[in-house]
Amino acid sequence: MQLYGQEVASRLLVGTALYPSPAVMEAAIRASGAGIVTVSVRREAAGGRAGDAFWRIIQGLGVKVLPNTAGCRTVKEAVATAELARELFGTPWIKLEVVGDDETLQPDVVGLVEAAGILLRDGFEVFPYTTEDLTVAQRLVEAGCRVVMPWASPIGSGQGITNRAALRTLRQRLPEVTLIVDAGLGAPSHAADAMELGYDGVLLNTAVAKADDPVAMARAFALAVEAGRVGHEAGLMPARDFATPSTPVVGTPFWHAAG
Amino acid sequence: MRNSDEAWARAGSQEVAVIGAGICGTWTALMLSEAGVPVALHERDGPDLMGSTSRWAGGMLAPGCESDGAEPVVIRLGRRSIDLWRRHLPETALLGSLVVSHPRDRGDLDRFARQTSGHRQVGESEIAELEPALAGRFRTGLFFPDEGHVEPRAVLPALHAELQRRGVPIRFGAAVDPAAAAGPLVDCRGLSARADLPELRGVKGETALVATDEVTLRRPVRLMHPRWPLYVVPRPGGRFLIGASTIESEDVSGVSVRSALELLTAAYTLHPAFGEARILELGTALRPAYPDHAPRIAVSGSKISVNGLYRHGFLLAPALGEVVANYVASGLRDNEVMRWS
Repeated sequence: MQLYGQEVASRLLVGTALYPSPAVMEAAIRASGAGIVTVSVRREAAGGRAGDAFWRIIQGLGVKVLPNTAGCRTVKEAVATAELARELFGTPWIKLEVVGDDETLQPDVVGLVEAAGILLRDGFEVFPYTTEDLTVAQRLVEAGCRVVMPWASPIGSGQGITNRAALRTLRQRLPEVTLIVDAGLGAPSHAADAMELGYDGVLLNTAVAKADDPVAMARAFALAVEAGRVGHEAGLMPARDFATPSTPVVGTPFWHAAG
Repeated sequence: MRNSDEAWARAGSQEVAVIGAGICGTWTALMLSEAGVPVALHERDGPDLMGSTSRWAGGMLAPGCESDGAEPVVIRLGRRSIDLWRRHLPETALLGSLVVSHPRDRGDLDRFARQTSGHRQVGESEIAELEPALAGRFRTGLFFPDEGHVEPRAVLPALHAELQRRGVPIRFGAAVDPAAAAGPLVDCRGLSARADLPELRGVKGETALVATDEVTLRRPVRLMHPRWPLYVVPRPGGRFLIGASTIESEDVSGVSVRSALELLTAAYTLHPAFGEARILELGTALRPAYPDHAPRIAVSGSKISVNGLYRHGFLLAPALGEVVANYVASGLRDNEVMRWS
């Protein structure tokens, strides 16, 4: 998978919040095989230097870090948080979140497009967290985003893909853009679902971190992402609304074939 | 390992210095004294322990509630600690813990029920029986009957008085550097020992202490929160401790507005009368934690370090003190928490 010119082997990205302990987090991230983890700048690394110990644990994982602007509600706040992240983590990558609605934590897509433009002009490589809306995704791409991350359903809801038709359209209309489904995935099958739709990767946190056994769940998601991707590449059979026997009926007795 | 055993055998009847009079050092000194080991307790602060994490603790004794993420050793030692609290301070409140959720966090409550043990489902009428103040406010909850709570600012002085009765000297205002000390010692300094324990880190916790006469709770009530275990713990005199945030930061500059909002909203969700309560204190402290959030007793020659009690200081301190005393007095080992170097 290409992310702003960098080739990344794993198509699974995982968050670093909500685990029972850093030791469990580390084991889960290793089991997931993820090459990229997201870190919340405001919540986890508050003040940077103050969160040093946690940051050292993240660095010890030996994976790429994608800082995010989780919890930001305005363009100004998101841009300032992104700048802080670049300074703290030494990367131009930023997962851009601008929250528009407290209830659903739905992205404020207008603010998102504006903030993405500002950050891209400032040399950032922006990973915008957006809805499944095609025109918003197109605006983000026009602004210079080479990665777009639509939600499956609201953050932490675990509902899986709620608007399949729109996500399919997005994939069809933006074939050159790296598309990652971010947020709302609750079960490994949801991740496989997104990969079968042709998405380049998935990003999740709660489903693993809050599982009874986060390490086993991380592995389950890794397997699902691989299964979904291989399935997509192998070419899925189209669904039909009638049965087609897989064994030729010629040669079977008439009364069986007719049954 | 053998060197340490021999070092402690050689220490014989030498006085053991316990460093740190927070909950960990206090229980360790008490258990050593009870095991017949001569001991003195050293504390850099005054008797009010203003700089100690223990002063700001919730004082929950809730091994069942903690079993949703804690390592099994925490649950085992926690259960043992409750016996020790009961034996040493018979007035310890062991009335259980109640867990409820805002209707919209019901899914979190179901998951919590699945991931914890030692509880039973309670309905509206049983919640009203347990906590009349919450009658009609919550339709379902979980009750953990075998749990309790203590008031840190009452039990620490009580345990210190008990030590003094036993003839254990407590030297307040006496900072001791374990590296410079010659005799046998047990280092219970919490996060202050970090320079010697590279894996130890501080995890910020914030609390609010409020007072109101309009609500009465008998036991800690936990409210489901997407990120933190949030409790309202009754304290004597119509006071309630609301805690605590859990933030990966070592900043102790104060309680953030966002955290204060979340803590106070939790109390208000539990009972609207908290809206008229008075805020007495907003407190912040750093919990000492190892990466697995489990405690460790590290033995190196005649020095022992007890640390990493994380969110579980009052829950773990008695049992950890007992493990230390068993080792020092009888050479017994608990390989689940002890490490040798």
